[in-house]
Amino acid sequence: MVGITSIGVYLPIYRLGSDEIAATWAVRSTRGTKAVAGYDEDTVTMAVAAALDCINGGGIEPDGLSLATTTAPYREKQSAAIVAGVVDLPQETRTADFTGSLRAGSIALKSAIDAVSAGSLKDVVVTAADCRLGAAKGNLEQALGDGAAAVAVGSNGVIAEIEGSYSVFNDFTDYWRIEDDTYIRTTEQRFIDEVGYLPTMQEAISGLLKKCKLETNDFARIVCYASDSRQHATLARRMKFDKDKVQDPLYQSIGNTGTAAALLMLIAALREARADDRILFVSYGDGADAYCIKVTENIQKIQNNALVTDKLAGKIAINYGQYLTWKNLVAVEASTLPERSALSLPSRWRERRAISALYGVRCKKCGTPQINQIGQAIRVCVNCQAKDDFEPYKFSDKKGKLFSYAIDQLQPTQNPPGVNGVVDFDEGGRIICELTDCQPDEVAVGMPVEMTFRKMFLSRGINNYFWKAKPVSD
Amino acid sequence: MDGIKDKVAIVGMGCTKFGERWDKGVEDLIVEAAYEAFEDAGIEPKDVQAAWIGTVFSGLSAITLSPLQLPYIPMTRVENMCATGSEALRGACYAVAAGACDVALAVGVEKLKDSGATGVKGPSVVGDHQDGSSGIGPGYSAPASFAYLATRYFHDYNIPPEEGKRLLAQITVKNHHNGSLNPKAHFQNELTVEQVVNAPIIAWPLGLFDCCGVSDGASVAVVTRADMAKNFRDDPIYVKGMQIAVGARQGAIHQSYDFVHIEENVIGSGRAYEEAGVKDPRKEIAMAEVHDCFSIHEMIVYEDLGFSVRGKARDDIEAGSFTLEGDLPVNTDGGLKCFGHPLGASGLRMMYEVYKQLQGKAGPRQVKNPHLGLTHNLGGNAGTGVCSCFIVGNEK
Repeated sequence: MVGITSIGVYLPIYRLGSDEIAATWAVRSTRGTKAVAGYDEDTVTMAVAAALDCINGGGIEPDGLSLATTTAPYREKQSAAIVAGVVDLPQETRTADFTGSLRAGSIALKSAIDAVSAGSLKDVVVTAADCRLGAAKGNLEQALGDGAAAVAVGSNGVIAEIEGSYSVFNDFTDYWRIEDDTYIRTTEQRFIDEVGYLPTMQEAISGLLKKCKLETNDFARIVCYASDSRQHATLARRMKFDKDKVQDPLYQSIGNTGTAAALLMLIAALREARADDRILFVSYGDGADAYCIKVTENIQKIQNNALVTDKLAGKIAINYGQYLTWKNLVAVEASTLPERSALSLPSRWRERRAISALYGVRCKKCGTPQINQIGQAIRVCVNCQAKDDFEPYKFSDKKGKLFSYAIDQLQPTQNPPGVNGVVDFDEGGRIICELTDCQPDEVAVGMPVEMTFRKMFLSRGINNYFWKAKPVSD
Repeated sequence: MDGIKDKVAIVGMGCTKFGERWDKGVEDLIVEAAYEAFEDAGIEPKDVQAAWIGTVFSGLSAITLSPLQLPYIPMTRVENMCATGSEALRGACYAVAAGACDVALAVGVEKLKDSGATGVKGPSVVGDHQDGSSGIGPGYSAPASFAYLATRYFHDYNIPPEEGKRLLAQITVKNHHNGSLNPKAHFQNELTVEQVVNAPIIAWPLGLFDCCGVSDGASVAVVTRADMAKNFRDDPIYVKGMQIAVGARQGAIHQSYDFVHIEENVIGSGRAYEEAGVKDPRKEIAMAEVHDCFSIHEMIVYEDLGFSVRGKARDDIEAGSFTLEGDLPVNTDGGLKCFGHPLGASGLRMMYEVYKQLQGKAGPRQVKNPHLGLTHNLGGNAGTGVCSCFIVGNEK
């Protein structure tokens, strides 16, 4: 039996209200909120968080990891390899990016199913993350949100078996973007619905039903991607779906998260599902993928985890000015501080384990965990001065407490003021680092923190990632 | 280990006015300070047998000293963060003490205002390697790196932040008063506690006036053998102790560090007292120039250097012990806060004030009948420190 063995979700804690956007532009509000990636987050950092949630939650040891997105940070350079390094997978792990289509998430899912079914891989983590942009005053600006989902595919401990799938492709131009476009382009909605979306979804669904010899009524839950709530409702009406079975697309709270959207909906459905339930799962983009998924008795093991519904609300409301600044959509006055020196790639390469998975060392003589946050390797123990007698020690998964902190009005950051802390890890070791995802006036000595992988800054085309601390999310 | 007590004397010093010296280059500042020192010592540039120059950002190698046109003598550029000027002086003194030369020059200079920034070029320094960067160092400013101390000090000693701010403000007010009496100081205005606590916050709880001036300036010393000092002048100043203690970032890596003291300060000053034979610094030191880059650090230095009992600096501040009228005046020239902080020049600028005080030439800032004076720098910050602590006296 091949199927989903674990799930993971990451939603940024920031929310931008449609009312806030609508008030700025004097346009109609869709009355919802959208999840917005923090100024230090992107597709890779969100995918990392979702992958860790999936791997740690399910106790998965993946031999494959893929990332589906239309907003990879690099045009040329694999995002999945960055994610695999950060979540600390072995070097033999097979990595792949799936991109170009909003359907990339379910295409990656199908590839994983095929690889596991064929015995080529055992456990594949499929991540999907997006942070797509709609231009000012348009529908998409209010509709598109940021987020990430992950599912593990394997044959041990399956929580939801993939019984069958059916795919169609369709060269249809409804949402697109060329090399130089910052924003998604689109066309007349009636044309999209009537010629593209509705018939394509219909075709995939009827193909699946025929292939699996099932009817719509055989499904306990129906999970369908749509570009927005209106289109989602239109599909349900046209397909005569039982309203109670249709999974809420979550768009009113987090927006349409692109390649992650369909998987997030599926995860939300799985959380409510019971053993033996069948779920109809359909994703869309340049065609459609329809899946018949049957929930197993293992489903209960994911249902205690903090899953998508707990993360929907967000914690910090941002204003439109913050949104524009974080997304680099408005020219801001240049800093008068001297520029940072360029990144040294050789230096980053030497420090790759510290940068990617926050590895320091633990002294074999005295047991002291230690990491040098300026990125120099530790050769002599800070505690007992033993030389080169260490074992690697990972700090990224350790929790700690804030020993002291500094809130900095001068720090160059897109979300001033800069918040920094001296973090003492509960199991030993100290790091002085930036804090993120926190309200400056809530920071306090003794505050419990955990580590999170973030983008520090962009330097000459290099996305400079490293770890920050954030308040423990319980 | 004998140390260099009474083996070396300072016989000439010079110091430029510190401040925003837009119309002066590094060369102007060096020449201005050096020629004051040459005249003070009664020597010609050709009499200098070896020279050390300290600068952090304003020039590579001792060629930075080329404006003085010294004739092919051994010259060395040194850097030790904010203790850089003191490090230049130490080099010159050690060479004389070793008998390698009889007359040596120590120069400190920094032209910070050419950077185009209002703060010390901080955000990139902490985490960057000189030849490029891994970019993973925290990008916080210098004030933030000292705010850690204030946050933790207030926490550990149960000082409500508003009270703590008023306490620190008294240090700033004192230093501004002293600076107002000093024509070479960058800032010569008096401030009130209200003005200090109401200033814009830079890195909570530190506000604008808790932070030192960012200045241009140079300072120079001429040193010679103690037994030759009277050939130059009647009132030479003798080196009693000269110590530097550099941490290995233990405080940033190891949880044992408490962020309410600076270990480098404790060890560096302890060694200097030992070398100088000082048993009770609070009683024996007549006046001190300490590293008040941020008000909280001056407060912690009181305790680290043994001027105040650990945890009790507050009592001494409130008693006015460190004002010009107190029993141990600190930063009589206005300190880094008002004299300004051109990094490489600061250590020598402090010595300039101690030198003048011990000679009785400090004008309206003169402390009564001093015999021993102290300079102290802390380079880096809490957890990553370079401490210099020098003690000099006017009697051999």
